[in-house]
Formats: sequence, structure tokens, C-alpha cells
Amino acid sequence: MDFTLSHHNQSANAMIEVRAVSRVFPTGNGGLRALEKISFSVFPQEFVCVLGPSGSGKSTLLRILAGLLESTSGEVRFHNQIVTGPRKGVGFVFQKSNLMPWRTVLQNITLPLELEGLTALEADEIALAMVELVGLKGFEQALPRDLSGGMAQRVAIARALIHDPEVLLLDEPLGSLDALTRERMGNELLRIWQTHKKTVVMVTHSISEALFLADRVLVISHRPGRLCLDLPVDLPRPRREAMRYTAVFGELTESVRQAIGDSETIMEGV
Amino acid sequence: MMEQMRRGVRIPNLRRLVIVPLSILGLFVVWKMAVYVTQYPPFILPPPGLVWNKFMTVLGDGSLLRHLWVTLVEVLVGLTIGVVFATVLGYFLAKSRLVERMLSPYIVASQSVPIVAIAPLLVIWFGAGLFSKILICALIVFFPVLVNTVVGLKSVPEDLQDLMRSLQATRLQTIRYLEIPSAMPVFLGGLRIGATLSVIGAVVGEFVGSDRGLGFMINRARGQYDTALVFVAVFALVFLAISLYTSVILLEKKLLSWREPEDQSLKQI
Ligand SMILES: Nc1ncnc2c1ncn2[C@@H]1O[C@H](COP(=O)(O)OP(=O)(O)OP(=O)(O)O)[C@@H](O)[C@H]1O
Ligand SMILES: [Mg+2]
Repeated sequence: MDFTLSHHNQSANAMIEVRAVSRVFPTGNGGLRALEKISFSVFPQEFVCVLGPSGSGKSTLLRILAGLLESTSGEVRFHNQIVTGPRKGVGFVFQKSNLMPWRTVLQNITLPLELEGLTALEADEIALAMVELVGLKGFEQALPRDLSGGMAQRVAIARALIHDPEVLLLDEPLGSLDALTRERMGNELLRIWQTHKKTVVMVTHSISEALFLADRVLVISHRPGRLCLDLPVDLPRPRREAMRYTAVFGELTESVRQAIGDSETIMEGV
Repeated sequence: MMEQMRRGVRIPNLRRLVIVPLSILGLFVVWKMAVYVTQYPPFILPPPGLVWNKFMTVLGDGSLLRHLWVTLVEVLVGLTIGVVFATVLGYFLAKSRLVERMLSPYIVASQSVPIVAIAPLLVIWFGAGLFSKILICALIVFFPVLVNTVVGLKSVPEDLQDLMRSLQATRLQTIRYLEIPSAMPVFLGGLRIGATLSVIGAVVGEFVGSDRGLGFMINRARGQYDTALVFVAVFALVFLAISLYTSVILLEKKLLSWREPEDQSLKQI
């Protein structure tokens, strides 16, 4: 199975190229094959969603893309350069909001800028705009302990966006939000993606969210984590809520559901 | 809300303002009664009044403050040196498997030797002056601070380490923005123990051999059966230890205000 060339003839202009990436976690009995021979490409300004059952290696894949984790074999390229570690121009949102409890909301958001050497004053100015974007106005001075899960996750999103990365790697960024906020933040993500021309790889558990947001949906199977579906979502943009109830959307949902279902039977077979 | 918060702070303060003097008063009453009931002579159990007079005498002639000052210097310098070494070594122990494997047997072994046993050696080697006391202080402070530094650094959340890596933070930035604040609560716990132990270290050193300091004062007064003076010196030591401990608690309150305000361990004292 190689989907690399399925939609674009040339992988040379790919933004992210994943070539036969495998990852084994050492365990007592032989090792856990979290990812096996995953290959795909992400093209500039593409929005890709990754789906799969829990424990299928979605977070592992994202961490390898970010250069936070080494693959056991295979390689990842950004702009045709092999990824050997974290690099500039990538914003990462972790599965848990992962804030520093001793920093206020504003200070958490400005962290990436401070590390780049901006003064607190300059950083604050940029961050205040970001606070507004994620709807946390009035909470600038709050500490993470006073935030709900959803609010904390929005802070994490703002932190990933603040140094204007060209690539966003999002690990279930909307996971802990309530349905309404989730929809709003989804739309907000689409807006940011469209206006700032970013490339997005996002892990999610929600099929309909993936189809609503993405250009392509990837499905990873459970142990070993193989790519078992690479589905282009040919819905017109801008996406509208009403599209969720069209026949095309239903068919797409069905194929993704089937792929995830199959992947779980594979798991039992192994 | 402000009103509530302010009241929430004031009530425990008020209670403390009443309870502490009350318990001290209680201690004096019991003490006075013990003297009255047992009829022990003053060189065994001096009455509170005698101790008070002694206190005023040694306060007046400046000798109490002179000795207190000596012990304070030993404690503060020893504490500082011990903390600095323990923190730096602790960092390398936490960060390097190799260093940990190489050094931890010695560190553990050194802890099985009580400080009282090596204090005479240190006084023989480094003289009866301030230096040997500072050394004893530093040694006794070293271990708890070291252990807590290592534990604190090892409990820095892995996700936050990943965050710093993904932001391409330098080694120094990671220390400053992540490791120091994250390890601070556990580290300060070690400092709290260290601060208390450092007073013990100084007194042990002064007992073994010195011509000044509160420990020396106790030793000399005991030799002269001036038990009232022993009491005065002991109270001075208690005062010193409590002040030091309270300083660390205040430091904790200031540095760890981001933690739960309900954290009871910070509210004591
Ligand atoms: N550091 C690690 N050491 C050992 N095993 C690990 C490690 N990280 C992940 N795993 C294992 O690899 C598998 C994939 O984990 P991963 O977190 O990537 O799954 P996921 O698809 O993100 O799951 P979820 O949807 O629950 O977040 C799991 O079985 C997990 O137990
Ligand atoms: Mg995950």
C-alpha cells in the first residue's frame, strides 16, 4: 500500500513527506509495533486529518513529524530536508493542554516569543490579539488551575499559533471542548488556515469533524499502525454546516467508518 | 469577592495572633508550676523570672547578641554553601545517568556517618574558628537539598520537556523557563529541612570546639551550673531556628503562589 502518489504526481513539491515510517516501542515481549511502514505526503496549505482507534499510534506519528520522537525506520522530510529534530516553523498542540501552571494565560501564550528573544512588552502585544482570537479576553491574568479543560486547550492553540508557523501539528486540539465551542473553534481553525495559508495535520476522534475540516482524511489501523485509508474529501470550500447533511458527506462518513471498523478487525486477527 | 478573600486571610491571622501568645503563656504557667511543685534548685530547673533576669543581663552587656551573631553567620554561610553545592551537583545527578551511577554510592555512604561523629575531625583539621562550623553546617544541609533537587528535577513533566524541545529552547532556556520553576516546590521542601538542620550543624560544631557562638555559650554556662543562662541560649537558638524556618515559608508563599491557595502545608506557622 503506497498512497504517496495517489493524488499528486510529484512528491517533490510536498511540504511534508513521510516515507515508510515505522516505530517500535521496546516492551518485554518483542516490542510494540505502534506504526508500521506509514507513507504519505502533505502538500503546502493542505489540511489533513488523521483518524484511528485509540492506541493506533496517531500521537506517535505526530510526534515523529514534529521531530520529538525518532522513527525506528523510514524517514520524514520537510521541504525535502530530513527531519532530525524539532524545527522552526512548526506549531504543536499536545493532546493534553500542557500549560505551565506557574505562568498566567498570557505568559503561557507568549512563551514561544520569549524564547525567540522578544521582550515581554513586544510579546504581550502580539499575544493580546491571540487571546482575543481564541476567545479568552478577560482571562489574560488567570492561572491554568482556574481554567476549564476547554479554555486550557484554547490557550495551547493560541500558544502554537503565536509564532506564525507554516505547519500546524494538532493532536486532538478540540478534544476537550463542548460541542458548541468545538464547532466554533473548528470554524476558527478553518479561518486561520485559509487566511494565514498554513499546512495542517490534525488528529481527531470525530469522523464528521475530520470530513468537515480536511482536504484529506488518513485512517491508521490498530497494532500494527498501518495506513489503511487515504481519502480525499471533495467537498467545496468554504465548508458550511449544511454540508454535513448531504449524501456525499454521508458516503464519505461511511467509507471512513468502514476503514476504522476494518482496522479493528485487523487488530483481532494479529 | 475581594471582600471575601480579604476576610479569608484575616481570620486565620487573627486566630494565630491569639493562639500563639496563649500557648506561650501556657508554657510559662506550666513551667512556673513545675518549679513550685518540684522545688528543684535553680541550677536544675530555674524559674521563669530568673531566666528573664538573666536574659536582660546578657542582652544588656551585649554578649547574647554577639554569640547569636556568630551562630547566625555560621548558619547562613554554611546554608548558602551547602545549598549551592547541592543544587549544582543535584542538577548533574538528575541529568546524567553516568554521574548518578558514579556518585550515588558515595553520597549514600556519606549519609550513614552521623555528622556528630565527623565534627571533631573537621575541627581538628580546620581549627576551632568559624570555618569548621560553616563546613559542618554545609555538610548537614547538603544531603536533603541534594535529594530534593534531584527529585524535583526528575519530576518535571515530560510533556513540558517536549514542549520546550518543540520550541527549540536552549539548555539554559530550559533551565530558566521550565526546570527551575517546575522543581521549585520540591526544592523548597528540601531547603526547609536544610534550614532547620543548619542550626543543629552550627551548634554541634560549637559544642565540639569553639570560643564563641550560642553552642559555646550553652557549653560554658553548663560548666558553671548557670542553668538560667543555658535556658536563655536555648531560647535564642529556638528563635533563630524559627526565624530561619519562617523565612523559607515566606519564600515558598512568594514563589509558589501559583499553586492551590488551599495548600495547607504553606499555611502553617
Ligand atoms: N513512550 C512510549 N513507550 C511505550 N509505548 C508507547 C509510548 N508511547 C506510546 N506507546 C504505545 O504506542 C501505542 C500508540 O500510542 P499513541 O499515543 O500514539 O496512540 P493514539 O493513537 O494517539 O491513541 P489515543 O487516541 O488514545 O490518543 C499505544 O499502544 C501506546 O501504549
Ligand atoms: Mg493520542
